[in-house]
Amino acid sequence: MADNKKYWKGIEELEQTPEFVESSQKEFAEYVPVDEFLGNASEDTSATNRRDFLKVLGFSVTAATLAACEAPVTKSVPFLNKPEDLTPGVANYYSSTFFDGFDLASVRIKTREGRPILIEGNNDAPLGGAVNARVNSSVLSLYDSKRAKGPGLKVGKSWAKNVNWSDIDSKASKALRSAAQSGKKVVLLSNTVISPAAKGAIDTFGAYVGAQGGAFEHVQYDAISAAGVLDANQKSFGKRVLPTYNFDKAKTIVSFGADFLSTWLNSLVYTKDYAKNRKPDGAWMSKHYQFETSLTVSGSAADVRGALKPSEIAEAVKYLYGAVGGNTKGNVPASIAAKLDKAAAELKANRGESLVVAGSNNGGVQVLVNAINDKLGNYGTTVDVEKEVYTRKGSDVAFSKLANQMKAGKVGAIIIAGLNPAYVAPASVGIAEALGKVETVIYTGDRYDETTDFANFFAPSSHYLESWDVLNPAKGEYSFVQPAINPLFRTRQWQESLLKWSGNDSSYEDFVKGTALSFLGSEGSWIDAVHDGYYSGGAVAAAPVVAQDTTAAVEDVVAEPAEAVSYGISAGVVANAVKQATVAGGALELELYVKTGLGNGNQAFNPWLHEMPDPITKMTYDNYITMNPDDVMDLFGEDKASKDAKRAFLYIGQESPAKVVTLSVGGQELKLPVVPQPGQALGTAAVAIGYGVKGTEVFTREEWLGDLFDAEDNSNNTIGTNVYPLLTQDLWVSNVVTEGVTVTPVEGATYPMATTQTHHTMMGRKLVNETDLATFIEQKGKAKDKGGYNETILIADAYGEKKTTKELDLWEEHAIDLGHRWGLSIDLNLCIGCGSCVTACHLENNVAVVGKDEVRRSREMHWMRVDRYYSSTVEEIGKITDFNQFPNALDGKQAYLDAEVSDAGDDVTVTYQPLMCQHCNHAPCETVCPVAATTHSDEGLNQMAYNRCVGTRYCANNCPYKVRRFNWFQYDDLNIPAFPDFAKVNHQQDDLGRMVLNPDVVVRSRGVMEKCSMCVQRIQGSKLEAKKDGTTVQDENISSACSSACPTNAIQFGDLNDKSHKVGVEKDDDRAYLLMEEVGTQPNIYYQTKVRNV
Amino acid sequence: MHVVEAEIREPLILGEKSYNDITEDVCAPIEGKANALWYFVFGLAGLLALWGVGNILYTVGVGIGVWGLNKTVGWAWDITNFVWWVGIGHAGTLISAVLLLFRQRWRMAINRSAEAMTIFAVMMAALFPGIHMGRIWQAYWVLPLPNQFGSLWPNFNSPLLWDVFAISTYFSVSLVFWYIGLVPDFATVRDRMVKPLPKKIYSILAFGWSGNAKHWNRFEEVSLVLAGLATPLVFSVHSIVSMDFATSVIPGWHTTIFPPYFVAGAVFSGFAMVLTLMLVMRKVLRLEDYLTLKHIEYMNIIVMLTGSMVGVAYLTELFVAWYAGVEYEGYAFMNRATGPYWWAYWSMMTCNVISPQLMWFKKIRRNLVITFILSVIVNIGMWFERFVIIVTSLHRDFLTSSWTQFHPTYVDMGVFLGTIGLFFVLFLLYSRTFPVLALNEVKTILRATGEYGVKGSSSHGHDDHHAEPVVEETAAPVVEEAPVEAPAAEEAAEESTETEEESNDETSEEGDNEENKEQE
Repeated sequence: MADNKKYWKGIEELEQTPEFVESSQKEFAEYVPVDEFLGNASEDTSATNRRDFLKVLGFSVTAATLAACEAPVTKSVPFLNKPEDLTPGVANYYSSTFFDGFDLASVRIKTREGRPILIEGNNDAPLGGAVNARVNSSVLSLYDSKRAKGPGLKVGKSWAKNVNWSDIDSKASKALRSAAQSGKKVVLLSNTVISPAAKGAIDTFGAYVGAQGGAFEHVQYDAISAAGVLDANQKSFGKRVLPTYNFDKAKTIVSFGADFLSTWLNSLVYTKDYAKNRKPDGAWMSKHYQFETSLTVSGSAADVRGALKPSEIAEAVKYLYGAVGGNTKGNVPASIAAKLDKAAAELKANRGESLVVAGSNNGGVQVLVNAINDKLGNYGTTVDVEKEVYTRKGSDVAFSKLANQMKAGKVGAIIIAGLNPAYVAPASVGIAEALGKVETVIYTGDRYDETTDFANFFAPSSHYLESWDVLNPAKGEYSFVQPAINPLFRTRQWQESLLKWSGNDSSYEDFVKGTALSFLGSEGSWIDAVHDGYYSGGAVAAAPVVAQDTTAAVEDVVAEPAEAVSYGISAGVVANAVKQATVAGGALELELYVKTGLGNGNQAFNPWLHEMPDPITKMTYDNYITMNPDDVMDLFGEDKASKDAKRAFLYIGQESPAKVVTLSVGGQELKLPVVPQPGQALGTAAVAIGYGVKGTEVFTREEWLGDLFDAEDNSNNTIGTNVYPLLTQDLWVSNVVTEGVTVTPVEGATYPMATTQTHHTMMGRKLVNETDLATFIEQKGKAKDKGGYNETILIADAYGEKKTTKELDLWEEHAIDLGHRWGLSIDLNLCIGCGSCVTACHLENNVAVVGKDEVRRSREMHWMRVDRYYSSTVEEIGKITDFNQFPNALDGKQAYLDAEVSDAGDDVTVTYQPLMCQHCNHAPCETVCPVAATTHSDEGLNQMAYNRCVGTRYCANNCPYKVRRFNWFQYDDLNIPAFPDFAKVNHQQDDLGRMVLNPDVVVRSRGVMEKCSMCVQRIQGSKLEAKKDGTTVQDENISSACSSACPTNAIQFGDLNDKSHKVGVEKDDDRAYLLMEEVGTQPNIYYQTKVRNV
Repeated sequence: MHVVEAEIREPLILGEKSYNDITEDVCAPIEGKANALWYFVFGLAGLLALWGVGNILYTVGVGIGVWGLNKTVGWAWDITNFVWWVGIGHAGTLISAVLLLFRQRWRMAINRSAEAMTIFAVMMAALFPGIHMGRIWQAYWVLPLPNQFGSLWPNFNSPLLWDVFAISTYFSVSLVFWYIGLVPDFATVRDRMVKPLPKKIYSILAFGWSGNAKHWNRFEEVSLVLAGLATPLVFSVHSIVSMDFATSVIPGWHTTIFPPYFVAGAVFSGFAMVLTLMLVMRKVLRLEDYLTLKHIEYMNIIVMLTGSMVGVAYLTELFVAWYAGVEYEGYAFMNRATGPYWWAYWSMMTCNVISPQLMWFKKIRRNLVITFILSVIVNIGMWFERFVIIVTSLHRDFLTSSWTQFHPTYVDMGVFLGTIGLFFVLFLLYSRTFPVLALNEVKTILRATGEYGVKGSSSHGHDDHHAEPVVEETAAPVVEEAPVEAPAAEEAAEESTETEEESNDETSEEGDNEENKEQE
């Protein structure tokens, strides 16, 4: 019915008129004036219809909207033409040499995409192929944004900005010229210059000054002076040079305060040689006696150690001279005399194969030491004066003379290079007054520091990684310095500046090449020499400062010992030396020592070195007074007999800051924190030099300085305190003060100390396994058997049957015998605790620097550390016979409490243990991670997937070795609210500092766990190389950062399943043991028992 | 069949209550207005909670470094608080599930609030594993979710993962159990509610409960099933929490005694917390007739029992440490007792072992003030127990070179106080909006000889027993409101009478069932 009905709107529709039909087809019934919008085109003819319009509209709106949310733009500009020797992702290595007047090392620099990122030893080089922490950390000082960005010119009292080198050159030349013409002296003050090219530049400059009618003088002064040794050799042999010490040829070594494994002269060369005979497995093992004041790295490595006051050390030298047949008598305590007698007997038994050295800068002591070595027939064998070493040339006398001349106004201009005299000079020199009297002072340091305050021209020199040079460290030995990067800032090597100011426009690079060609001969050998980094032998055309002995043949270090030469040092010389050596002793004597981390202070701006714990004290960031614990107790009126009092009073930790004392030396007063140091001679205090450099206040903060914070003058808030002014000088600059030293407590004042280890004893546990040489020899082949020094710890099962942890294991085995199994073998006998591995690990793995406050809270990020233990008498490890007792006689509450106190007086035994992730085959960390972020690789590595980590820290808790490190903050964040701005205090984390990052290793974010990866990126690299060569990975082609940085080769890295690798053999050694094997973790790190030659 | 109790037994509900009285008493806090004290305590708790939330945001924003942890002590207050709260969260489910299975009818007066406490405590506990993570924004990675990372699953070996499952299961079962129990009571509140919005809310919460026999039947069945499910959970949760420690290698953690020891400790602290809360609540909400001395005494006995178990566990640990002859474990316990944290160890010993032994004296366990003090002391002791286990084991483990001290920061403390604040905020809100007693269940234990019930319902109006103290002791507004409330109350009374009748039937039914079962 309904569908019959028709509805219509109008008559048109009903009728279906053509007009209606037409309009009904249209979209709009009404006329829409589209044409008017479309301009000329009509609606019908236009291709743009409504739909298109809407499409366009929609698209534009969307596009405009999307454009508003802009994605961050990262610009990556590829090379248009690939540089010939640069492939992104592939490292380039350059040979170079590190010499800062203190350390000498032939190095290999790793660069990535043009950035130097790692420094390793150049093992092929004859001199100093090893590196220490100071050398390998030096790459970070290149990227120090606090370095001077360009030259400076003093206008009035302030430095003009944006000075050009041409301004400096014209104005400095003019000033130098007028100084020369005025008839006053023009002086170059530098540290030891061992570069023949630099010498040439200096000569050129000297000649220019002479041509202007002035007198020129070059004065060399070393911050850590060795003038005593040099002058003694002058007196003994007529040559002011260092001899070559062959520590590898010495069966008995006696050192009087010479820390030859860390800071004394060419310590890196000595360390390498020393380590050659410190393994008990060889034909013989050297025996090392050390008599010293504060506990040093060498002292801790020694087999027999005696603690002496500085004044007593000279007496001990005299005593020894008497004991080996000389005619002197020394006044030493009975216990030391016994040790010296024993040493003398052994020295005499090993005539020509023994070595006596002394660290003192007293010429008298050094002459006596020369006389002892002469008596023992060591010249020509272990000490070689014919093979001269030039790395120290400084003259203390010349320096103080210069200061006097300056004060007298006789110096018109002074150029200072490689030395910060206003910082390093002893107070008695009066350097401030002297520099103030000189009209033209040109400084070529790398930043605005103490000396720039006195300068009127600042011509900053380049970093050694940006420099050219040729060095002549020893007779017939050349070492080359080549840049690994263009200068980052507008700096120029000071040698080039000297050339410029003497009107010579040649670049120093050409000058170096010219000098080198004079003895290399051809362009080809120049390229080879620079490539190798060293050149041995050949005639020396440009003679170094010291007249050359043409009769001496170039000796190979490892050659057979030559026939001993006797110099027969005359009785008169000895008598005079005795007079010079004798000093009056005081109740309290002060030693100013050089610390392993900072050295002479050249690198006081290097956060890696600040954060590397001192090998002995394990303190970071500061210098402090060390005193024997008993002395500290006395000083504060505590009962030193009570172990409970000692434990409580001497503890320094997060909320237990150090006490502060006032140190007063001859009118100078300093406030310093005091740190109790077992093993230090009673009645002595020792402070490290190298701290308190101007500018280091940027590293620190008010709350980090405790009661020593200076609210008024921030420039006093440096890291540590400068104690160079406390050095004394008569004939030589002396680092000991024996009279007029007092220490008084500052009531109630405290100073927070950041230490990485607060507990110092092993509590009777088998952590560092130790034995003596006799036991070692006796038990050859059966040390792991019942009762041996390296007894395997057995555990009783449910039936009381003793079994190894492996037999008791509930776990499924990893297939550890298949394929590679990477591991380390660490010889505790060779480890000297120097910390080179710690900083190398920092470099290689982008480990964050966290600052003093975080270290104080025990949050340092070190992937590897070196644990240091003192043996305590309660622990009975000090007694050699009780090494093997485990578990020992720790019984009852008081015994445990007493064992915590390292109460060995000044007769302490120190052991080191490098500790990194043990890469356990049954890793406790792996099972507990809820998200499986840490897993085991089929090559034996315990891997960490940072991306997967959610940060529960369960793995770290369950790690028996406590090697896992948590990122408590975003350590590279520039803006952490309310908490230390890490990038501000540590330039490793600022924009420039990050250039040092290894691109192969990811930078970890906040909230994730990290740890030693056994340098998996290096393993991968070596595997790829081997694959390309079609071989397996060879032992010599693979290393971890720590193993390659170790100067004594204590750390070996390789494939435990491959007998062609050292570790593959060493893991089955008698001495090999696993740390805390009884926990059942089955680590891939093997330790080799320490054997003391007592 | 009505419950028949021997004369010698104390009645579970005092004050000659009628069914209506119970309804009135329980609904009074919901329908009335809170007094100044409530607002004061609520404000205080709210401030604490805000402070805690601030500290949590600070931690999440800046990093875990704002806490006092270090390379050696990776857990301290965070996990201490976590275990403490989980422990507290034990009593509720134990009371409602285990005691239900054991037919301990006295539980009815306390189970509702104990369960609420459980829920809130578990919420507080669950907070800590979250915020202690370095990257909380990736926290969902601990769940076995399908993902686009390939076949990447959590590590099923990790006790921490078991924790995730244990806690979430426990929480959800407890929540459901609690809610199921609430449904009939919500219905009662709904029926009494006059204001439209609350009425709407309560009617949603009541889930369409009409109180017919079918509903009651299902209610009973579900309750029984859930109780069966929840009972093993009571024991599993803390066993699994203890495995976080027991499965590790750290001396002082690596102990097989942990699961029973932790469960006993949890029940111990849970009951102590129930006591703390109940003693306050019975006073403030005038529930003295329902939460009687008898309840308190029973709970004190449980506290004493579990406290003794914990004490035995402590001594066993010491014995094993000595007997096993393991160097590291021997030292760990020596260090607990005599090391730098000796004060924490001895606080724990005093609070947890000695103080509950006072409950042997009837006078003490029936003394409200002493009970309250002891319950607080027990909870302090239990916090120290977890602190001792976690921190003293970690701070000196195997390698002496890594030994450190733990020093808490104000953020550590702030977060902990914040959770206490938050817990009380939740509990206070609960006490004003939820029926704090399982009113329909409580009615089943009323000594309903008919005499009281009839007397109660007939004498309403004359009997102003429950209103009197309000007039006497609290602020005026309550009195002013009384007339306004009156008609509603009368209506409600009628309704509740109906409900009562039903529930009476139900009770008898239940009683029959029980009897049948017993016969079987």
